[in-house]
Amino acid sequence: MKLHEYEAKKIFAKYGIPIPKGEVATTSTQAREITAKLNVPVIVKAQILVAGRGKAGGILFADTPEEAELAARKLLDAEIKGVRVSSVLVEEKVSVQKELYLGITVDRAQRCYVAVASSRGGMEIEEIAAKTPEEIVKLFIDPAYGFHLYLARQVARKMGYVGKQMLNLASIFFKLYRLAIDFDAELAEMNPLMEKPNQEFVAADTRLIVDDNALYRHVELKNRLAEGETELTPQELKAQESGLAYVKLEGNIGIIGNGAGLVMATLDTIQLYGGNPANFLDVGGGASAERMAAALNIVLSDSEVKAVLINVLGGITRCDDIAKGVLEVRKRVGFAKPIVIRLVGTNEEEGRRILTEAGIHVLSSMEQSAEKVVEIVNVEGGG
Amino acid sequence: MGIFVDKQTRAIVQGITGAQGSFHTKLMLNYGTQIMAGVTPGKGGTQVHQVPVYDTVKEATENHDANASIIFVPAPFAAEATFEALEANLKTIVIITEHIPIKDAIRVMAKAKQLGTVVIGPNTPGVIAPGECKLGIMPAHVFKPGIVGIASRSGTLTYEIAAGITAAGLGQSTCIGLGGDPIIGLSFVEALKQFERDEQTKAVALIGEIGGNLEERAAEFIATEGYEKPVVAYVAGRTAPRGKRMGHAGAIVMGRTGTARSKIEAFEKAGVRVAEKPSEVAKILGQRI
Repeated sequence: MKLHEYEAKKIFAKYGIPIPKGEVATTSTQAREITAKLNVPVIVKAQILVAGRGKAGGILFADTPEEAELAARKLLDAEIKGVRVSSVLVEEKVSVQKELYLGITVDRAQRCYVAVASSRGGMEIEEIAAKTPEEIVKLFIDPAYGFHLYLARQVARKMGYVGKQMLNLASIFFKLYRLAIDFDAELAEMNPLMEKPNQEFVAADTRLIVDDNALYRHVELKNRLAEGETELTPQELKAQESGLAYVKLEGNIGIIGNGAGLVMATLDTIQLYGGNPANFLDVGGGASAERMAAALNIVLSDSEVKAVLINVLGGITRCDDIAKGVLEVRKRVGFAKPIVIRLVGTNEEEGRRILTEAGIHVLSSMEQSAEKVVEIVNVEGGG
Repeated sequence: MGIFVDKQTRAIVQGITGAQGSFHTKLMLNYGTQIMAGVTPGKGGTQVHQVPVYDTVKEATENHDANASIIFVPAPFAAEATFEALEANLKTIVIITEHIPIKDAIRVMAKAKQLGTVVIGPNTPGVIAPGECKLGIMPAHVFKPGIVGIASRSGTLTYEIAAGITAAGLGQSTCIGLGGDPIIGLSFVEALKQFERDEQTKAVALIGEIGGNLEERAAEFIATEGYEKPVVAYVAGRTAPRGKRMGHAGAIVMGRTGTARSKIEAFEKAGVRVAEKPSEVAKILGQRI
């Protein structure tokens, strides 16, 4: 779960990390009122969950409350990188001497958390790593022993800081680690962490991504996810409610399968034959007829979809259940679009019989069925 | 002989009284796997498919000579269950459970490393040595005893490719599901090392997917160690967009890390043939052996 910048900043502040003075606004009038209470100039930032908003025009500056109102009006309800902006963060602009990077994230290969720091913040950490790898300090955190203040001081020293500034920076880094662990973060970062001309630090932009699988122990976030806006599309939300893994893509062939790897491989095979998948949809292991029906409904409701490929290899999943789910959807809403079905594995004969008797042709090779559905879409499309 | 599991494997099932645990205990028993005992806190003294159930792993292992565990415990309690198995000195632990928090998985793997215990998963279909032992939830009929070692990050896609290898008459020595989570125990490199030592294994199939860099590490290992057995790979997720989780918690391209292209290029650089379609894996294996 990705948190908005203003949500993350509230949490960072609670842990004692300095952040710029500011407030969130959902109307342009509010943005003006907030600015009147702050020192100008201010910065007005669209609160969206996609990266790269600055380059896409999502960050504006204002010298007066009126200018802030205008900026907020421009941003609110606008679409930035395909996402509608429903709130903006109005903050005092920080005068800056240097931009740093501090982050805590997960290193999959080392199977541990890793503390990452750089005295070249402001751009994506991967860009820093590619351009100036020598400017990155990385410290793998022993899972049993944890991160400690003295380790944070070592990092701050490596970044060239001394005295009180070194102590301050280390303290901020250590607080970042504590909040990352407390919130089950996949990523907690300050980018940039500004060093002001008076030598103090302030976290100008923050990101916090919480492990979805740990949300059960962060009830307040789970509730916010249930009511609030997320980075998911309506179809993705509906799939989530039905317990299905769904990702919208840009093509026109709807895909349903069981197992994440098999569905990914199906998408790849479709593309290999010159087609374009409209989505990823994994019904999961042991899918019932109801789940299959829910999946088919979601894919058929996508207006971009011209044809559907169902690819099921039954292990725990039973082919007869899949067949029943397919027939139920046909009975209820009909098939306005061609459907190609590949069905093998547990109870295959029964599944085939159910579908064949209903006049639906069943294939047994994944590649043949991929080729077939691409052919159908190309003929329909006149190409 | 199978690696990680074989005829000598004597397992306990943690979470045996749940729907999944009970169902798959039955299927594993049918396959001939020795299931010594089950564990569900609060259900001690009962039986599941004639298998005695205990409240704690300690009691189960005191009463039965077990050396492995398979875990079906729900995600919020799965890390605890794994610690319990680790403490009982079981040498192979398979975690079937999906949705275990990363923070928990990190702690589990650190403890396992300290004890030298093999943890397979989480979020895995398990491990099977065809004809010897099945410690997992995979459909047994797609596997036949044979010469190909398989290590994979997915479930159903593994069955698809294994079925192809069976149909080609090659069969499998051992098939290991590494798991679809970002933090997993056994990795491709460790599986490759075991396959290299195993006489029954004549060739290896690696089934990877987007996310992380375990495939790149495997490629590097193959190149630098001068791996002797032929290796064929398949990588799922060429069409996956950045920043989106493709079903598995671990199947996500973060920034520039974890793309299918990077994995495929790394394999090819290491002299590993990469199949374009799942069915090609068996075909290429046939040519290389």
